[in-house]
Amino acid sequence: MQLSTRHLLGIKDLTTDDISLILSTAAQFKEVLQRPVKKVPSLRDVTIVNLFYENSTRTKFSFELAEKRLSADTINFAASTSSAAKGETLLDTVTNILSMKVDMVVMRHSASGAPHFLSQHIPAAIINAGDGTNEHPTQALLDAFSILEKTGRLTGLKIAIIGDIMHSRVAQSNIWLLKKMGATVTVCGPPTLIPKYISEALGVQVNYNLEETLQWCDVANVLRIQLERQNQVLFSSLREYSLAYGINRRLLDSLHKEIVIMHPGPINRGVELDSDVADSKQSIILQQVENGVAVRMAVLYLLSPQTSRGA
Amino acid sequence: MKTILTAGQLDSAILDLAKKLHENHPSLDDVVFVGIQQGGVVLANRIVNALQELRPADKLKYGQLDITFYRDDIRNEILAPDTMNIPFDIENKQVILIDDVLFTGRTIKAALDALLDYGRPAKVELCVLIDRKEHRQFPIQPDYAAVQVNTQKNDKIKLVKDGNDKNQVVLISH
Repeated sequence: MQLSTRHLLGIKDLTTDDISLILSTAAQFKEVLQRPVKKVPSLRDVTIVNLFYENSTRTKFSFELAEKRLSADTINFAASTSSAAKGETLLDTVTNILSMKVDMVVMRHSASGAPHFLSQHIPAAIINAGDGTNEHPTQALLDAFSILEKTGRLTGLKIAIIGDIMHSRVAQSNIWLLKKMGATVTVCGPPTLIPKYISEALGVQVNYNLEETLQWCDVANVLRIQLERQNQVLFSSLREYSLAYGINRRLLDSLHKEIVIMHPGPINRGVELDSDVADSKQSIILQQVENGVAVRMAVLYLLSPQTSRGA
Repeated sequence: MKTILTAGQLDSAILDLAKKLHENHPSLDDVVFVGIQQGGVVLANRIVNALQELRPADKLKYGQLDITFYRDDIRNEILAPDTMNIPFDIENKQVILIDDVLFTGRTIKAALDALLDYGRPAKVELCVLIDRKEHRQFPIQPDYAAVQVNTQKNDKIKLVKDGNDKNQVVLISH
C-alpha cells in the first residue's frame, strides 16, 4: 500500500486510506523511538532541506529529529539569515538548493499556497510544515495519532477546537482530517475569530459558549491565542479573552466528566490554558510533541523517492 | 505448482526443528525466539508452540521482527511496515532467528541489522524451514533447516491451504 500523493501539501488532498497508512506507519516508528538505538537506515541515501520562511521551534526540531532518526542528511534554511533577505525569489532559492542534489523539501511559509506553487515547478517531494492560514498537515496527523492513542478511535468521537479558528492552519487541517475520519467537530471561540461561513464550508458546528462546548466534547483541542493579533481589535484584551475562553481547573471539574485536553503549543499559560490544566493528567500536550517525531518520520518515509538505482 | 511438503510432512518438519532446538539448548533461560515478518512469523508461531510442549517448565520468550525499514532495496519500492514486537531485552542473549525460506540471504542481513538496534546479543542462530541454498547472495547459512530444495531463481515457495484446509508448502514455477 502506498500514498495516493507525491507531496504532503494539505490534509484536504489526502484520502482516508492515506491518513490510515500514515497513522499505522507512525505507530511502527513510535516503536523505533523506544529502542536503545532510536534510528533506522531507511533514508540514508536521501537529503532533505528544511526551508523555514517563518519562525518555528517545535515543528522545526521535530522534523529535524525525524529526519535524523531516519538517517537522512539534512540542511537547514532560515529566511532571515539567507539570500531571501537579499530579495531572492522562493523559486530561485529552492531551484538553487535542489541543484545541490536535494531530494525532499520541508517548508514553512507565511503565504498560504506557497508549497502548492512550488510543487508545480520542482521535481522534489514537498512536505508542508505550515503555510499561512491554510494548512499544517503534520500537526493534524500528530493530533489524530495522539487522540487515537489516548481514546482508541476517531470515528464518532466529539472533538472541540477552541480559540482563534480564523487565523489557524492547525484548526483547518484538524477539521479536514477529523471530518474525513468520521469524527464530529465543534469550533468554539469569540465570533470575531470564527469565520462566518465555516459550518457550511467545512461541515462543523459552531458554539460561542465554552462551557457548553466542553460539556459536549470528548476531546478539547485548545489553540494558541496569537498575541501578534492583539492589535487587530478582534478581542478587547487578553484578560477578557481568558475570562470567556480560558480553561481552568474549576471549569473542568464542573463538567463531571473527564475530557482530553490538547494544545499544539506554544501555550500562553493563564490565557487559553491555566497551568493546572496544561500540566494535568487529562492533558496529552507532551505526548503530542513526542508523537510528532514518529508521525513526521512516517510522512518522510512514505514520501521518500522511489528510484530504481542502476536499473 | 509442485508440493514440497504436504500438511503432514510440514507438521513433522516443524516438530523436527523444535526437537533440534530442544536438544541444542539444555537451558532456555538466556534464549529468545524471533520470527521474521511475515512468513517467518507464521512458522515461528508453530515452532515456538511445539517447543513449548517439549519444555512445559520453561517460559519461552518470543517476539516478531519486521525488516521493512532495513531493506537494501528500499528505494525500489516504499512498503508499509509490519508490526515489530520485541518485548524483552536481547543484550547478551542467544537469539534464534526464524524464517520460512532462506533464499538470497538479504532478508537475514536486514534482520541482523534490525536486531542489533535492540542490543548486542551473545549469539544469533538461524532456523529456517526451506533452504534454497544455490541462490545465496550473501555469506549466510542456516544453523537449522528442515528441507533443502533445488529451485530456479524465479520460482516462488509459498504456504497454501490444501484440500483439507491445512497448510502445505508448494513451489510455483514461472
